Amino acid sequence: MYTFSSKLKTFSLILMAVGLLGIGYGFLTAPKDIQEVEKLLAAGSHGEHAAVAHEVEKSSHEAGVTAEHKDVADAKEAAEHNEHLTHVLHQLQNKPWSALYVACIFFLLISMGVLAFYAIQQVAQAGWSPVLFRVMQGITAYLPVGSVLLFIFLVLSGLHFNHLFIWLDPEVVAHDEIISNKAGYLNFPFWIVRAAIFLIGWNLYRYFSRKNCLAQDEAQDDLNYKKNFKISAGFLVFFIVSESIMSWDWIMSIDPHWFSTLFGWYVFASFFVSGITMIAMVTLYLKSKGYLEYVNTSHIHDLAKFMFGISVFWTYLWFSQFMLIWYANIPEEVTYFITRIQLYNLPFFGAVVMNFLFPLLILINTDFKRITWILVMAGIVILLGHYIDFFNMIMPGTVGDQWFIGVSEIASVLFFLGLFIYVVFTALTKVPLLPKRNPFIEESKHFHY
Amino acid sequence: MSNKVIYAIYNDDDILMDAVKKTRAAHHHIEEVFTPFPVHGLDKAMGLAPTRLAICAFLYGICGISFGTWMMNYIMIQDWPQDIGGKPSFSYIENMPAFVPIMFEETVFFAAHLMVITFYMRSKLWPFKEAENPDVRTTDDHFLMEVAVNENEEELVSFFKSTGAVEVKVIEKQ
Repeated sequence: MYTFSSKLKTFSLILMAVGLLGIGYGFLTAPKDIQEVEKLLAAGSHGEHAAVAHEVEKSSHEAGVTAEHKDVADAKEAAEHNEHLTHVLHQLQNKPWSALYVACIFFLLISMGVLAFYAIQQVAQAGWSPVLFRVMQGITAYLPVGSVLLFIFLVLSGLHFNHLFIWLDPEVVAHDEIISNKAGYLNFPFWIVRAAIFLIGWNLYRYFSRKNCLAQDEAQDDLNYKKNFKISAGFLVFFIVSESIMSWDWIMSIDPHWFSTLFGWYVFASFFVSGITMIAMVTLYLKSKGYLEYVNTSHIHDLAKFMFGISVFWTYLWFSQFMLIWYANIPEEVTYFITRIQLYNLPFFGAVVMNFLFPLLILINTDFKRITWILVMAGIVILLGHYIDFFNMIMPGTVGDQWFIGVSEIASVLFFLGLFIYVVFTALTKVPLLPKRNPFIEESKHFHY
Repeated sequence: MSNKVIYAIYNDDDILMDAVKKTRAAHHHIEEVFTPFPVHGLDKAMGLAPTRLAICAFLYGICGISFGTWMMNYIMIQDWPQDIGGKPSFSYIENMPAFVPIMFEETVFFAAHLMVITFYMRSKLWPFKEAENPDVRTTDDHFLMEVAVNENEEELVSFFKSTGAVEVKVIEKQ
């Protein structure tokens, strides 16, 4: 049995407390009205605006317009200025919400990645992984907690506490034919019901799979194992459909004018590799504390191979999505990437470096895949890289050029990281870390590669 | 000095593995082992050095990606930078995504083919090469261990008999 070390518990509680403070700070310092935005803009970047305004004024002078004309021009300019300020205000008000949303969905999907990996291992009757099943079940213990938090967030979005999903705003939909044509799919009741169905479905699988796995320990036959096999197969079918729709609903609908057909797979690859990395990280931690007797470097090696392979798979999808749109350059699709390349240049390409180049060069070596510190380093880079990947997917549609990885963003990650550690390691203390009567457990104990 | 070798023939890979371990423990020098299929762990038991073929392949891949990059840069950007369907050919990086499929395939092509050729050269395999098979049964269902004989012929024969060999032959090599 694992005991939650008091140090780690304190650490996770500190992370949550610091995170909460930071999140609160982010919400308190978000501007309330356009006057504050104007002050912020004047303090921050007084170059551009003033210069443009000045030039406009000068040119109208040079043209020798009458006073009447000048008034009209001024009024128009003031209106435009006001519109701009309102736009920036919305972006800045979105910022703490978006930061919270990115972290919330990232940690929820990490536990989903682990759950999908776990189901695949069950269905594939993998001979190496049963010694890691309890670790995976421990990590997926975050799923119910994360689901509730995300669902609350989605409901709050529907109740107009924030402006992340612009299609939830009837005012926007009324003036936007493209969005109003999608209203049959993108409407709040349907959207929230879909979210509920997906979250409930995933949680049900997790609950029953774990229950059967524990029952199998005490049973005399393999009935529970077979039951798990069947529900895992069913879950994987449900998962791949719900995952695809989930990625449209929760991520792609941030940019409701844009669509991409391989988006579901792309999101899947991103959190799948994060999930596998998280399994490797938690396994290495527990192993280093001496809790996983039968886990050897071959198990770690296998996890590292998955980290490597799925990282390359993510890159393949990233590039396929990017290159097809870049190549054809159709205006209604390409704006998505133009925003990202112009405003998010470093995070956009930095994610490729962190999620592809770094793991490619580090994890290609067989010996390196067995060395703890190298794996921990690669794992941290992959996890950070995929956080940035989700950041890139969500932020440009909500905060645009007002992005910054500051207090709100870091605090949100710290809060959810603390919560994740607390929930996962608490769950790990509940049951023994080695399944007793799994049909493949003996093979798994003696696995070597 | 005569070039005598012992051919110890086995008909089971587990017995062969044990025999290899015993032979190594007795400090007899194993010249070669012939098997009809890969025996898992045989190289480790024989104490063979790990292969460096993967390292070669990695280096060949680097050559491949360099070649692909150089070729596309020379043809599309340096030599004749045409406007083809509005693709920006002012610099390599601007048109890079279009070249990635080629760079990728060149990498794989170089890594794969040069590694295979390296393998053929290092293991001395080519068409019309004379087979070095000491006993035809080793390609079907027998395992053969070849050990050099010094002066202790009697002792060696009885040693290999005791390791479970179905047949022990002493052969004069040319």
